Amino acid sequence: MSRSPYLTSAPSVSVIMIKVLLALLPAVAAYVWVFGPSILVMLILASITALSAEALMLKLRNRPIKPFLMDGSALLTAWLLALSLPPLAPWWLVVVGTFFAIVIAKQLYGGLGYNPFNPAMVGYAVLLISFPVIMTHWPAPIELAQAKLSFANQLEYIFGASNSMNLDAVSMATPLDYLKTQLTLHHSVQDIVSAAQFGLLGAKGGELIVGAYLIGGLYLLQQRLITWHLPIAFLAVLALMAGAFYLADPTRFANPLFHLFTGASMLGAFFIITDPVSGPTTPKGKLVFAAGIAVLTYLIRVYGGYPDGVAFSVLLMNMCVPLIDAWTQPRVFGHQK
Amino acid sequence: MSEANQEVAQEAQVEEKSSPKVFYGDIVGNGLWKQNPGLVQLLGLCPTLAMTVSLVNGFSLGVMTAVVMAASNASVAPIRQWVPTEIRIPVFILIIAALVTIIDLSMHAYLQSLHAVLGIFIPLIVTNCIVLARVEAFAAKNPVVPSALDGFMMGFGLSLVLATLGGIREIIGKGTLFSGIDLVFGPSAKSMILTIIPDYHGFLLAILPPGAFIGLASLIATRNWLAQRKAAREAAMSVAPQLATH
Repeated sequence: MSRSPYLTSAPSVSVIMIKVLLALLPAVAAYVWVFGPSILVMLILASITALSAEALMLKLRNRPIKPFLMDGSALLTAWLLALSLPPLAPWWLVVVGTFFAIVIAKQLYGGLGYNPFNPAMVGYAVLLISFPVIMTHWPAPIELAQAKLSFANQLEYIFGASNSMNLDAVSMATPLDYLKTQLTLHHSVQDIVSAAQFGLLGAKGGELIVGAYLIGGLYLLQQRLITWHLPIAFLAVLALMAGAFYLADPTRFANPLFHLFTGASMLGAFFIITDPVSGPTTPKGKLVFAAGIAVLTYLIRVYGGYPDGVAFSVLLMNMCVPLIDAWTQPRVFGHQK
Repeated sequence: MSEANQEVAQEAQVEEKSSPKVFYGDIVGNGLWKQNPGLVQLLGLCPTLAMTVSLVNGFSLGVMTAVVMAASNASVAPIRQWVPTEIRIPVFILIIAALVTIIDLSMHAYLQSLHAVLGIFIPLIVTNCIVLARVEAFAAKNPVVPSALDGFMMGFGLSLVLATLGGIREIIGKGTLFSGIDLVFGPSAKSMILTIIPDYHGFLLAILPPGAFIGLASLIATRNWLAQRKAAREAAMSVAPQLATH
């Protein structure tokens, strides 16, 4: 039995960041299992770029370098971005995206605590808009790949001079992408999901990674680093939305579980939209924010031009955060409405 | 003219130059650096952001604007005493619109392909606020020659910003420089197109609208940084002699 006073200090930023990085480790392990060890190289590349860019900007802004560098927030941005990229992306893609995320989306707005947009998602959106071909070429999971790539082969893809030519040989349309293109050819969803890249719930192999994100997210909830509002509201609204469409026409719309377990749904629910800086602060505001992201994500997936829409939805809802916060201020006890 | 009068005129020189003594050096300096329309006054941002996807596009539109500004300033200055203050804006706009129509039609006749690229942005020079701003702020109060010089230098300052921004966006976005120069000098000029970065993937963001905003912001930041550094150095210089005498 502990004794009074039962005071606890709020955990420091670096403790929070280290725990979030820890929560990402199962997903990293799943990545290595599904796509091979190339993701580790990308994580290292992104980390080095993020830390150098952060140090450079802090120096230019005459801020203390060491405390801000050690808080781990740049490292987390780098990891989230690297985990969103295709695992065989060329090295400069990782470097450009991370540099943009840290320098423009974070430091130019005033550094940690002042950035209105989620830096990792800004980096991702910049890359997706600028290099759509590379960004939508995902390698096939190892169990489906025709040519098994050794680690040395993977390094060749990452550091090779011009690898966009032969990426076709090892890449495979992701389920969300495949679903979208096949639906335009008037195939029914039931026929489409029998293709090789579809697994039990989502993508073959990919659903393992999604499951690992779920485990990491539950750890964050258990550690009380995030509240239930954001992930639950996001996943529930996404499922409701997908469910309604699915019930209306199951031949044209995929089932809700598919939407929860493919793409960036789980990564977004627990790690992206829970960013405390660019998200709302009130409990009611968090519900509105997450619901908005879910609705936009579903609409972009089904009607938009891109296979997945989590990044754009997060950025669009980031813009609404000041409004959401202003409208959802809780009533102060004792005050009339 | 008494000395006191001259001092007053010097103080008010930026807004008003009614005194016969005109500072041509200041007019050039204001247009190119001190009051640069693109980087300091932030006027005429619509073409600055929209047309700077390449150096040639940006500079051509800038030069057209400069010609219009010089001509409109020169046409407004001689009639400035007879235009009633109450209706001066419609009168100015009519003059500017007539001049822009001349430019638009001449470009259509002699630079047809460039005219097709710049498109709606040539007629839109009429609504470019920098043109009316210089007519209103300078030509309506000054004689013809300084007014024409002011219009041209302001337009030229804007052209340099458009060219710099266009060049930066073109190099980062496409890895080339001077692309589209054949639209100005004919097909034989195609050999002047430089490939700065061979085998380049193309960074689309720089060509898209966000690239214009980020690029312009970087240029403004660079200009402010240079100006601040100069001011700091001048302050240090003016303090130093005083210290020496004491």
